Amino acid sequence: MNVNEIRALFPILHQQVNGHPLVYFDSAATSQKPLPVIEALDRYYREYNSNVHRGVHTLGTKATDAYEGAREKVRRFLNAQSAQEIIFTRGTTASLNLVASSYGRANVKEGDEIVITYMEHHSNLIPWQQLAKQTGATLKYIPLQEDGTIDLRDVEATITKAAKIVAIAHVSNVLGTINPVREIARIAHERGAVVVVDAAQSAPHMKVDVQELDCDFLALSGHKMCGPTGIGVLYGKKKWLEQMEPIEFGGEMIDFVELYDSTWKELPWKFEGGTPIIAGAIGLGAAIDFLEQVGLDAIAAHEHELAQYALERMADIEGVTVYGPKERAGLVTFNIDGVHPHDVATVLDAEGIAIRAGHHCAQPLMKWLGVTATARASFYLYNTKEEIDRFIAALQKAKEYFSHVF
Amino acid sequence: MSSNHPLDQLYRQVIMDHYKNPRNRGVLEGTNVDVNMNNPTCGDRIHLTMKVEDGKVADVKFEGEGCSISMSSASMMTQAIKGKTVEEALRLAHIFSDMIQGKEYDDSVDLGDIEALQGVSKFPARIKCATLAWKALEKGLQQS
Repeated sequence: MNVNEIRALFPILHQQVNGHPLVYFDSAATSQKPLPVIEALDRYYREYNSNVHRGVHTLGTKATDAYEGAREKVRRFLNAQSAQEIIFTRGTTASLNLVASSYGRANVKEGDEIVITYMEHHSNLIPWQQLAKQTGATLKYIPLQEDGTIDLRDVEATITKAAKIVAIAHVSNVLGTINPVREIARIAHERGAVVVVDAAQSAPHMKVDVQELDCDFLALSGHKMCGPTGIGVLYGKKKWLEQMEPIEFGGEMIDFVELYDSTWKELPWKFEGGTPIIAGAIGLGAAIDFLEQVGLDAIAAHEHELAQYALERMADIEGVTVYGPKERAGLVTFNIDGVHPHDVATVLDAEGIAIRAGHHCAQPLMKWLGVTATARASFYLYNTKEEIDRFIAALQKAKEYFSHVF
Repeated sequence: MSSNHPLDQLYRQVIMDHYKNPRNRGVLEGTNVDVNMNNPTCGDRIHLTMKVEDGKVADVKFEGEGCSISMSSASMMTQAIKGKTVEEALRLAHIFSDMIQGKEYDDSVDLGDIEALQGVSKFPARIKCATLAWKALEKGLQQS
């Protein structure tokens, strides 16, 4: 993997911010977009923009082929059995809400249990909280070990026969923990529960195989994996999707409409009411082509190296606390003693370095960590060790700056 | 660090002093104004208690968690409004809002320490940090 060649494909990276070359360490929030994705969107709008699945004209056919072609790319990317199991949504949040509203409302009742973990992003927490409130089910949390990992014995103890849904992040957006989803799925299935995987932080960075994980549902966002915003995916096993009711009704998703009754199209279109996210899906397809060309294993290895290097360098700075386990995905969440994360982010921004500061949409996890906010540097295939060196120097500067003003 | 560091217009000495030594920190018991407010995008939070008597802010305290800008702004705000009439406090909030957004503002009122926050207007990502306490004040004065 040649990082310089990859960087050349990302026009946005080649700019100065506040007088310094941009270091973009906020890919866990949203990734940058390579030329093949930008060009695919441009080509669609310039050459064959048209609505899909209707009309018999040439452009309409081209757009439909590209849209459905993107679905097939997602199927291959996730190793799903059938393209009917791939539903395009607005993003991970919409995908998880679809499962909670449709599968959840139909299958969860009073006295049942829904199991999640302390490290969930709000998008994989609030839909289940709401479902529990609406149905009278109990929401249970799998506890975390001190290093931010999950012990399978706790999984065994928390998931009982009353559990109907187990929803879990594949990779934590704060701790970087990579959860043992395959084993959790096995335990959940033994107890008769379905498993919902939030893959927003894993699918962009590592090989994700839904058949190997044996998950029942899996959600991801296109914009975190070099694709455009506003496009995401819900994977679901066909046997579940077939019995599920749509949650959005209107054009595109219907079979026959009569005055007082209607029937739905077959999978996956019954879940895609209205004109779908055509450009977004085509852009996501281009992003998948790009990521596969580089190789997901090579990307994972590169990010692992960056994260380990960052951990090593940060351990040398006194007063820096890093959260999460040593073995982790490509992100590092931290705090500097006596300097609020917003202030850290502002000092780094003045050096041209973009990081995230705040609660990272994981307020219960912040509480568990005993902090109100943290700073996070997250890496992707276009980042380098030299950028981490600049980041480390800027952290030193932040520390020094705040020790002087005090 | 040298005094011409670009961040010095944000982190002025007086701001850091309020951050380190917040004025009027705490919770007033038995008051008629009690406001909790947070900034959901970043997790900053303030708990503002005020005693408003005869149209005047007789006493005020704040408790909270947040960055240097949000906490110093809260400290300066309590310092500035204590003893002021409700009308004067609201006028100050209005002037502050203009100043922090980089708009023209009424300079006939002596802002004291608050003026140090003017530099925040050059850092758009931090404006919300500075306004949290003042939003709580406006809400609180509506309660009184």
